[in-house]
Amino acid sequence: MDIEAARMIGAGIAAIALGGAGVGIGHIFGNYLSGALRNPTAAAGQRGTLFLGFAFAEATGLIGFAVAMLILFG
Amino acid sequence: MATSTENVTGGEAGGAGSEGHSVIDPIHQFEITPLIPIKIGDLDLSLTNSGLWALIAVALVSLLMLAAPQKLVPTRLQSVAESLYDLVFGMTEEVLGPQGRAYFPFIFTLFAFILAANLLGLIPGAFTVTSHIIVTLALALMVFIGATVVGFIKHGTGYLKLFVPAGVPPALLPFVVPIEIISYFIRPFSLSIRLFANMMAGHMMLKVIAGFVIMLGVLAGWLPLLALVAIYALELLVAVLQAYVFALLTCLYLNDALHVDH
Repeated sequence: MDIEAARMIGAGIAAIALGGAGVGIGHIFGNYLSGALRNPTAAAGQRGTLFLGFAFAEATGLIGFAVAMLILFG
Repeated sequence: MATSTENVTGGEAGGAGSEGHSVIDPIHQFEITPLIPIKIGDLDLSLTNSGLWALIAVALVSLLMLAAPQKLVPTRLQSVAESLYDLVFGMTEEVLGPQGRAYFPFIFTLFAFILAANLLGLIPGAFTVTSHIIVTLALALMVFIGATVVGFIKHGTGYLKLFVPAGVPPALLPFVVPIEIISYFIRPFSLSIRLFANMMAGHMMLKVIAGFVIMLGVLAGWLPLLALVAIYALELLVAVLQAYVFALLTCLYLNDALHVDH
């Protein structure tokens, strides 16, 4: 196989990690919303935790994105 | 991160224009270039663009905290300084309790430096200090070694109880203890990679989409431009969030060192 084609395929595979991050972020915000609708008074206090979870979930996907970019341009 | 020699060759390959790579070159922005060359023997102490922006970040934070007026009714500048202080102080109190006050200056310094470096990096053309793993790894190792030393000073060899969680059946201990030890030593790496990957990926994404704007031209270029504005807003959120997460995890690791018994 051509090395250039292999690089493109590798970058594409590395980008799959972003799908996992999407699932995780959707899970966090969806659960936050359902919890917040059940108990709206407690929702504001958990916003810090919400964004903390968002940051953790996003970081794993971004590592995949960084790998894809390093394969393509590094 | 890529070393400077790799960046130079990468830049030349991009400049040679190998079909489409000339417009999108997201790695180039992370290149370290010496501004004032200082060489002592074999030691290279040059002031680089990375060092310059780190100094700017430190100067900006110092200016904000020192020059903000101390009035009873805060001015705008003063309320910026006070709300940052409040945020970190509240977090330190919540996680570490009253014992944590001694560590508050350290945690606040870390938070303020990372926040300033992240936000300064978002200025177009600026260099993002925290997008290099060597910078974040140095910060994370400082936290890790510091917390370990504090733990051994406070508890002596009792600090090793951290690796033996209470309430685990003895039969499971041969499996649990190695896992605990590995997860302890992986901390500085997860802490540094989280910050560096977020910063690097964010800036690469901005550069790639900015490349789309140029490639699509006047007719369709405004579509990725809209996306660029939205992602820039997300990056502002991420810059603040990652500084907060770094400070929070520092608090949690120090909490393990201070209260090992529970």
